[in-house]
Amino acid sequence: MSSAVVSNSAALGRPFLFDSKAVPEVSLPTESAEGTSHPRPAQRVRPNLSAQLASTDPRLAPITLASRLEIRPAPEMVSSGVSAIDALTGGLPRGCLTEICGPASSGRTTLLLAALAAATRRGEFCVVVDASDALDPHSAAAAGVELDRLLWVRCGESSPQRESSPQRHPSTSLRACPEPAEGASSNTEKKNPIQAQSEKRLEQVLRATDLLLESGGFGLIVLDLANLPPQAARRIPLTTWFRFRRAVENKPTILLAIEQHPIAGSCSSLILQLAWASHRMQAAGLAAERRKNAAHRASRGAAVKSEQAPERRKKICLGIDSPIAVPAHAQLLTGLEISAELIRSRLDRKPAHSITFATKTAWVG
Amino acid sequence: MPFACIYVPNFPVAAALRAEPELQARPAAIYEGKPPLEKIIAVNGKAARLNIAPGMTKAQAELCSELALRPRSPLQESAAHAALLDCAQSFSPCVGDAAFDTAVLDLAGMESLFGSQTEISRAIFKRAGTLGLAANVALASNPDTAALAARGFTGVTVIPAGKEADQLGSLPLEVLFANRIEKDHLDGDQKETGDRLLETLDRWGIRNLHALAILPEIALSERLGQEGLRLQQLARGATSRTLVPVEAPQIFEEAVELEHPIVLLEPLAFLLNRLFEQLCARLGSRALATQELRLTMELENFSSRNQQSKINNQQFLRTLRLPQPMLDAKVFLKLLQLDLNAHPPGAPILKIHLAAEPARPRSAQGGLFLPPSPEPEKLELTLARIATMVGVNNVGAVELLDSHRPEGFRMRCFVAEVPRKSSPEKTLDPAEEKSAVTALRRFRPPLRVQVTLENAQPISLACAKKKEIQGEVLWKAGPWRSSGDWWEREAWSRDEWDLALRNGEAISFYRLVHDLLGGNWFVEGTYD
Repeated sequence: MSSAVVSNSAALGRPFLFDSKAVPEVSLPTESAEGTSHPRPAQRVRPNLSAQLASTDPRLAPITLASRLEIRPAPEMVSSGVSAIDALTGGLPRGCLTEICGPASSGRTTLLLAALAAATRRGEFCVVVDASDALDPHSAAAAGVELDRLLWVRCGESSPQRESSPQRHPSTSLRACPEPAEGASSNTEKKNPIQAQSEKRLEQVLRATDLLLESGGFGLIVLDLANLPPQAARRIPLTTWFRFRRAVENKPTILLAIEQHPIAGSCSSLILQLAWASHRMQAAGLAAERRKNAAHRASRGAAVKSEQAPERRKKICLGIDSPIAVPAHAQLLTGLEISAELIRSRLDRKPAHSITFATKTAWVG
Repeated sequence: MPFACIYVPNFPVAAALRAEPELQARPAAIYEGKPPLEKIIAVNGKAARLNIAPGMTKAQAELCSELALRPRSPLQESAAHAALLDCAQSFSPCVGDAAFDTAVLDLAGMESLFGSQTEISRAIFKRAGTLGLAANVALASNPDTAALAARGFTGVTVIPAGKEADQLGSLPLEVLFANRIEKDHLDGDQKETGDRLLETLDRWGIRNLHALAILPEIALSERLGQEGLRLQQLARGATSRTLVPVEAPQIFEEAVELEHPIVLLEPLAFLLNRLFEQLCARLGSRALATQELRLTMELENFSSRNQQSKINNQQFLRTLRLPQPMLDAKVFLKLLQLDLNAHPPGAPILKIHLAAEPARPRSAQGGLFLPPSPEPEKLELTLARIATMVGVNNVGAVELLDSHRPEGFRMRCFVAEVPRKSSPEKTLDPAEEKSAVTALRRFRPPLRVQVTLENAQPISLACAKKKEIQGEVLWKAGPWRSSGDWWEREAWSRDEWDLALRNGEAISFYRLVHDLLGGNWFVEGTYD
């Protein structure tokens, strides 16, 4: 008894026919224990199968059998600039979409700049499509990014002040570009709600990315959606991500998106979830508090210690009263530890492991 | 020593046809003069077959409904003349500017580059066609013979040495006096002498150069003097003179004057495309590219003053500067279209003038093992398209300024060609790669916050715009005091704090700034 299913493919505009009689069961070559692959003789594909198909229905002649489809080669992996991340993921895959997710202060931008620095060190040209105009060029330079090789696309509403700013005073000082007054801001919000602004930024980001992918020649294209509200980011249609994945496929370009939550679905080949792990200040505060408590215990006795235990824990956690409550800038920013968890990888079927790496400052003070 | 001559017959018509190639299929005539005394000065072959001849009045010519009448355009003729010299310069550095429609070039030693004499002649003919000129090309052993042959024979003519008299013999006598008609700078006496000589020879029954060449020299000199002998030497192809080379100026300009003003940008694109193709062909023939394009348009009614475009007295000027020398008409057109879409002229266009600043073409050595880089032409188009979306100043590369001012950087044009540094490629230590430099994400503009101070140190803050930026300060580092530009109006002075706030389970790090001049507190960014 033969069963046939006919489905119309919207993309190709021709029907696909699956007939259990006409199309015999075909399996891929199996892999032996030694790692070598060889086809099973009993299930070998018959050479005249295409002819059989064509004789069954002439419309099936141009159809390529699934067993003969080209197997997608493994992507080339390149360094992300952080050895711990490379150890976890094998690097960043070329020709694929990679997502780096996490909340604020989770190290997304730190990892992004490390990847940019590594790419520019390799002599590649990179692009940052910045949805919220948040890139700090000084941080990028401190991270080792060659700014000559970095194209920065600053999306968002094109500010007339920025457009007309003369070359003599290119930077925007705090007083030169103040936030609008309370009343004015409420009026502006009424005219241009935040949602419309996000949509506009998003549209610019997507169009710019489309153009850059079409242009080609870049080693790393970054979509910085980190400051975009998750609701706005989720409005990006999945077809857009499919288009991006298709555009970057078979090209030596890494498409990297940083955001708060994964949004590209199955289009991304690698998803990294970053999170704040711990801070050296906590440990330092804890140690200082322990020393203080030990002295306290010695003077007042163990009974008092048990009464004050809950309050101490609170203080330890905050660390405000510790001797290094007012640390140096470098001290504050060096101790940040970031944990990275591999959510999805095209190469690794069961990604469950995570790593932790530390950050540092580019200056001492 | 071979010489070649490129001659463009009916030069005013050829210049008009170069600007309007569609006229080639129609009878066309060029007129000049002040109304109502306009006269026909040049016609093409199709118009001549309709009995349209130079000297007719415009009113007479207008009786022929098929005839396309165009006013004489000095701009177009100048461009056509420059194209003629470019064509000659692309084959030889030694070019003589014989007349507005004639260029003579010395081809000595060029055989090794371009092949035999016939091949060179055909190549010149083809190159002239590429530049929009339907020219006659002749090659002979001396410049005058080449010029006579180019004026007399259509297409490509190669006269072997020693055969000059035989080849030129069939040409009519008027060829010798062609300059008399076309050279405007000749004074009245010279014109009269030429007319008188031609009339005399005609009276003697001398109709072609062969008849003139075989006349006895002494008798001819007794009757016509030295001028008669000179003409006979020309007819025999036996003159000998040194070619005076000219240095063709590197001015690449094309212009078109419109009978009816253009209102829409789409038809303008067709004209611009033609001008760009001509410019690129000329630049290409001189092995040059361009890095700057200037478009000047004369507008019909000018009423509103556009601040972004430099308009002065009905002139609309747009300048397109390219980061690298390029030579692609399609890219130029697209870039200019994008620019004109952003900055429309605002009035109907009467005249278009396009100029290109020549530059040496970029030289790039590709490599198998070099990382890929964007193709400059494609990249420039992409950047122009992105610039229309986000603004010109919001796309490009970053250049840090030598300043401690916050955000001390400026945007500049992105060029996908960075010179390789002489120092070897920097490789990081494995220990250095274990950690990454903490990055700051800026809020633009900075967020104003309310800060509670204790002992002049922030202990809590609240931001009205971002709800997550509020609460007690966990840790803080600072202040880091800096100031600058106090000698200018844009002075700045500030205290900087790095602080940590609890954000749910996690901790967020921010940069807090106290503007000492304004007295306000801002959160400048977050460490991420």
